Amino acid sequence: MQKALKKYFPIFALPTILAFIVAFIVPFGMGIYLSLCKFRTVTNATFIGFDNYAKAFANKDFLNALVFTAEFTVVSVITINVFSFLLALLLTKGIKGTNIFRTVFFMPNLIGGIVLGYIWQLIINGILLKVVGADLTYNASYGFWGLIVLMNWQQIGYMMIIYVAGIQNVPPELIEAAKIDGASTWQTLKSITIPMVMSSFTICLFLTLTNSFKLFDQNLALTAGLPARKTSMLALDIYNTFYGRTGWEGVGQAKAVVFFLIVAVISLTQLVATRSKEVEN
Amino acid sequence: MKKKLVCALLSAAMVSSILTGCGGSTDEGASTETTETTETTETTDEATDDAEAGDEATDDAEGEDTASAEGGKVYYLNFKPEIGSDWEELAAKYTAETGVEVKVVTAASGTYEQTLKSEVAKTDAPTLFQINGPVGYQSWKDYCMDLSGTQLNEWLLDKSMAITDGDGVYGIPYVVEGYGIIYNDKIMRDYFALADKAVDISSAAEIKNFDTLKAVVEDMQAKKDQLGIEGVFASTSFKAGEDWRWQTHLANLPIYYEFKDNSVSDAAEIALTYGDNYKNIFDLYINNSCTDKKQLGTKSVEDSMAEFALGKAAMVQNGNWGWGQVSGTEGNVVAAEDVKFLPIYTGVAGEEAQGLCTGTENFFSINSQASEADQQATIDFVEWVFSSEEGKAFATEKLGIVPFSTFEDDEKPTDPLGLEVLRYMEDSTLTSVSWNFTAFPSQTFKDELGYALLDYCNENADWNNVVSTFVDGWKTEKEMSAE
Repeated sequence: MQKALKKYFPIFALPTILAFIVAFIVPFGMGIYLSLCKFRTVTNATFIGFDNYAKAFANKDFLNALVFTAEFTVVSVITINVFSFLLALLLTKGIKGTNIFRTVFFMPNLIGGIVLGYIWQLIINGILLKVVGADLTYNASYGFWGLIVLMNWQQIGYMMIIYVAGIQNVPPELIEAAKIDGASTWQTLKSITIPMVMSSFTICLFLTLTNSFKLFDQNLALTAGLPARKTSMLALDIYNTFYGRTGWEGVGQAKAVVFFLIVAVISLTQLVATRSKEVEN
Repeated sequence: MKKKLVCALLSAAMVSSILTGCGGSTDEGASTETTETTETTETTDEATDDAEAGDEATDDAEGEDTASAEGGKVYYLNFKPEIGSDWEELAAKYTAETGVEVKVVTAASGTYEQTLKSEVAKTDAPTLFQINGPVGYQSWKDYCMDLSGTQLNEWLLDKSMAITDGDGVYGIPYVVEGYGIIYNDKIMRDYFALADKAVDISSAAEIKNFDTLKAVVEDMQAKKDQLGIEGVFASTSFKAGEDWRWQTHLANLPIYYEFKDNSVSDAAEIALTYGDNYKNIFDLYINNSCTDKKQLGTKSVEDSMAEFALGKAAMVQNGNWGWGQVSGTEGNVVAAEDVKFLPIYTGVAGEEAQGLCTGTENFFSINSQASEADQQATIDFVEWVFSSEEGKAFATEKLGIVPFSTFEDDEKPTDPLGLEVLRYMEDSTLTSVSWNFTAFPSQTFKDELGYALLDYCNENADWNNVVSTFVDGWKTEKEMSAE
């Protein structure tokens, strides 16, 4: 069977590879080429070299968006992972109704970003109008923390499930041995559980990091960059550049390529860093 | 041996499923081509799917060639979602009458440019689309065909309204619209009936300049409880994408007067000499509104129109297209005979003779890169729309004021705001304000101006910030877009 599988591999993989080429490789290559062009529609482009990149970096909006995105990513990666890990610990203790809790925590993840954005906009505005008499667009920090709350609410459940799976895979005999040796709960957590679920950390950090960096729907629905682009993240800035001015499509495309490089470098670095800490079961 | 057989069978099943997949789409493509008489009407999403399928099935393209050889077909990318289904019905009638296939696709609200950008890149591109003015023409000129020889151009009542470049005509306006301050005359009558009113005029029609308007509005705001309203003006909406009434329509007035003084229709730089007038009217809006000025950032146009329709506000700045929104609001208390227009007075000398802001942002263009047969079919279709019985009925009912000579006097719009626009246009003592915002540099310019106005409302920045954003933004955006 092994051998046969190898033999028929091209036939079995063909549809997927074709789809991957059509829907991913080709647009990706076109995107890189278009970032070096001045174009109106993707089929009508003239090559102009690195002009677009110069414009992209000369534009302060891009750097502002980069700073905002970086700040947002740091805060959201930390909060999401801390909260979801704590929840996972709590929900692997065998509390009554564990399954119901897990389901409830997971559910926000099933709602789309745009819908979530609008729902949270209503909630946050409701509170802000009562408390400070202004809305989300009044101050950029409202938008920032609004996004953090939203992303936490959406992502904690999903990450929690991954952590739960990891924690359940920790061999009970290790925990038992630690207990017999007289380790405290904290020592067990620090020296056994956390090292054993390192692979879950790798995946969760990767997911939260890239999700936060690439955030678009929630950003668009919650604040759309208001006030004055101060809460606009990289993806939204690229979108706005593309459609904001005649003849700036290429600049938007150049920003997108830079954006891809940033996300790729950061997430690969993170993968290598956390992988090295993983231990074999 | 048995395993091998299983593998072979599995592979065969896989391959055949792929082939049937492809085959299916080819068949579909073929069937739409053969049944040309049945017109296809779709929403954008479906159209995208369809076009994707079309890309894969190359047989499709061959089918198209034969179809166009027979006389071409029309693909109209519609700008107005509110009448999307009406366009589809009209297209069906045309197809039934002539046998020419007309496909109507409607772009979702606010996404016309995006949709056009992606649709035009396809093999099956729109043959008929619209541009929003000179700036729109600049970005689409590779795709705009010269329409100077068409009857449509002949019928145009005011040929200066068309978008021209050299001798060619590249965009033909198909509807004229007007905007101003819409008011509810019932509330105004209530106010003028008050014994302790602070002004000596007795009807809203007597408001002829900014000072009177300001006196009336401020007194009304003070007596809002007596009048049963929450504020004179409906919310000055500043939700993202909902600020065009201020950064485009209202901003048109200072630019109109400045261009008029300099006798130009466009400029690389502006001085914003009428900036104070812009501030006058804007302050009046935000300080005498049913919504606190710090809470405008999440209000949409629909919110303000609903406030007006429900009688919470007496006035709202919008255009004649807004009547549908008012009459369609559940619990609407505004009667058709009570809804009237007032010009937007800003305190400019001699503004007693100012009319509404009338113009158009809707110009038909025909795709110059489409096949000749398709172009001819498209021209025939458009001419049919504005000359046949069915087409004209549709135009007066759904489009409003149409600037073509094919329309008789009794074929005029029937909605109250459309009639008001006509009343102002026909009043020879008044001068209409033209739509100079079609020369605004870019969407980014408008967005930035909107952000500055919102910051001003929120008191995060002062008026000087609005002025500098307006003036500097105009200059830099003109430069950036010109490159």
